[in-house]
Amino acid sequence: MLEKDRSLEKLKTPEDLETARRVEINRTKGKTVLSLCSGTGCRANASQLVYEALSAELAKASCASRVILKRTGCHGFCEKGPILIIHPSDVCYLNVKPSDAAEIISKTVVNNEVISRLLWTKGRMTAQKHGDIPFYKHQTRFLLADNALLDPASPCDYIALGGYNALCKALTSMTPEGVVAEIKKSGLRGRGGGGFPTGVKWETTRGAEGAVKYVVVNGDEGDPGAYMDRSILEGSPHSVLEGLIIGGYAIGAHEGFFYIRQEYPLALENICRAIDQAETLGLLGKNILGSGFDFSVSVHQGAGAFVSGESSALLSAIEGRVGEPRLKYIRMSESGLWGKPTALNNVETWANVPLIVKNGADWFNAIGTSESKGTKIFSLVGKVENTGLVEVAMGATLRTIIDDIGGGIKDGKKFKAIQTGGPSGGCIPEAYLDTPVDFDSLTKIGSMMGSGGIIVMDEDSCMVDVARYFVEFLKEESCGKCMPCREGISEMTLILNRIVMGQGKPGDLDFLRDIGVLLSEASLCGLGSSAANPVLSTLQHFKHEYEAHIIHKTCDARVCKALTAYYIDPDKCGKCGLCAKRCKAHAIEGERKGPYRVVQNLCVKCDACFNACPAKFRAVRKISPASAVPE
Amino acid sequence: MPAIDVSKVSAIDAIIEKYHGRKSALIQILLDVQKENRWLPREYLRHIGEKLSVPLPRIYQIATFYKAFSLTARGRHVVTVCMGTACHVRGAPTLLDRISEKLNVRPSMTASDGRFTLLTVNCMGCCALGPVMAIDETYYSNPSDSQIEEILGHYA
Repeated sequence: MLEKDRSLEKLKTPEDLETARRVEINRTKGKTVLSLCSGTGCRANASQLVYEALSAELAKASCASRVILKRTGCHGFCEKGPILIIHPSDVCYLNVKPSDAAEIISKTVVNNEVISRLLWTKGRMTAQKHGDIPFYKHQTRFLLADNALLDPASPCDYIALGGYNALCKALTSMTPEGVVAEIKKSGLRGRGGGGFPTGVKWETTRGAEGAVKYVVVNGDEGDPGAYMDRSILEGSPHSVLEGLIIGGYAIGAHEGFFYIRQEYPLALENICRAIDQAETLGLLGKNILGSGFDFSVSVHQGAGAFVSGESSALLSAIEGRVGEPRLKYIRMSESGLWGKPTALNNVETWANVPLIVKNGADWFNAIGTSESKGTKIFSLVGKVENTGLVEVAMGATLRTIIDDIGGGIKDGKKFKAIQTGGPSGGCIPEAYLDTPVDFDSLTKIGSMMGSGGIIVMDEDSCMVDVARYFVEFLKEESCGKCMPCREGISEMTLILNRIVMGQGKPGDLDFLRDIGVLLSEASLCGLGSSAANPVLSTLQHFKHEYEAHIIHKTCDARVCKALTAYYIDPDKCGKCGLCAKRCKAHAIEGERKGPYRVVQNLCVKCDACFNACPAKFRAVRKISPASAVPE
Repeated sequence: MPAIDVSKVSAIDAIIEKYHGRKSALIQILLDVQKENRWLPREYLRHIGEKLSVPLPRIYQIATFYKAFSLTARGRHVVTVCMGTACHVRGAPTLLDRISEKLNVRPSMTASDGRFTLLTVNCMGCCALGPVMAIDETYYSNPSDSQIEEILGHYA
């Protein structure tokens, strides 16, 4: 049977919720479930076509009545998408194509036969089950676990997995103060990067003066290379919503807001649908589950501004104003949205709430390190073998994440650095890879956990260029309200651009450091005060690269174009002429029979010849410093 | 300034009505109008301002602050190149140069025939495919020069 919209009936009491859960479990009992990843990454990899092909094959097959085909949220192993997991056998197929559909149905679903070419393999190793693939095996998945099991469009799926049980427990057997105490005891800290204890924030908001209070979800995941919040919003929207309703009950708010960035259309769609469904089910609105508690939720779509992720700027945006930060001598928990006490938490923080309420603070407390509890989702991206979403217990080392889960560096290259914490984070060299990942350890080595982006860089990345990239990003995104951030970041950009152009001066590094200190001390909000981190951390760990650029005019990674020249090795040149054909600048000369040659003053360094040269010759080389090119 | 035609007025009014004419919904209203029209002409902004009793400078303050809004006409298709960190280290700058050359248009500009607008974003969140280009809502992973040409051919 294919998933269809089933009519939703209002759940008036906790017993109704329990009945709905049992009905749903019975409906799927003994059936084979095909969970096809349909997150944004897999959609981009044509998972929709795979879905249609599987549906068409199922419609023809005799087994259709005992099979459920689901489009689920992100399974996390984005490198190998689209991913299909078959329950209950847990067989996991990677890189599934529409043309595989017929075989999957006829062999695996009907005859329990595994198709080995679709399984995970590496060298001689292979894994049939999803949990045996090293990428998944070394993870601790609580928040992401449901993503592979539920259709985000179906609240019944979520309820069958025990969804809304935490809300029910909070409303029927806990006082609001009891919920706050439980969250406080769990040691949950804000997952957006701040790491502020959530329970303390809730307690202050609850205790603040005023009858009207708000709870807000910060879904403005602006850090490039980070997409864990999006995957939760897309894959398990009801879990965030449930967390928000519990939060509302705990602090005494009757209205909640989702702020979702405009770049996430699927997340927006799924959250809006989840809210509608929860209203129909009576999980939002008046007298939720007969408890007497009223709660409603609205959605605010962002309009594209990185600084809006900053708490005070985000609230301004919800109020319909320009999203600029304000001074925080008055705390959000006392005067936030429209001047009312407001508890603002990140998506992942809210998604942790139902887990804590359901399993208890002690369960949560047992996971992680002494100061950082629970799990954290990271998006592992860049030059790593297995790009994807990784959920590990706090305290796992960077090496576990990159080597065991991530499969090491792509294409056998050499590791250079990882960058954590988004544009305001820092770069960490190999020597620190055994650092445990938690809020405090990363800060100690000049970076930060941030919201959870981990970008892996290999020998082909230039650390000066990376620092320049982040500072340029922050220059664009600075709102311009305070002077240190507006002028300081601009000045840093100028200097860094000069260095990558080969025009760096001896005093530049000291000046960069001075501006960095000034920024961190005098900026209005977190964007400015942390803006120098990428520069300061690369200066700390990769000073030699800066010096090579300034003194020797050399970029060892051969990224900085002004310091690099293209050269065709005459001994290796196969004389095929492909490079000359691709060169738009007509900068390659040579006869058909003779070796080709780059005319340096015409070359625009576009990489076309480098990419055009066939792998069997590899005659085109990049050389830095540019002056080292043989005559 | 040209007057807005009647059908547009009613479409805008319907959007404002959807948000019950609340001033605080200004950003949401602008997003919806932009979605329908692809960009925000001056006369639309004036009309929205009059309906909501919000002064025009304040509307401009918002329309220029947020990146989603365009105050100039956009092409029939939007080509977006991801410049996020993961794509950056995997060669996004070169991809952008190549696409820009193929379209003969600089980033944030619209081609003179009105077919394509070229934009950059800071992360589309499909980092496994990086470097990524998207046309309207379809994503393409690290296209080669010949693939870019072929893909662009599908969009009239």
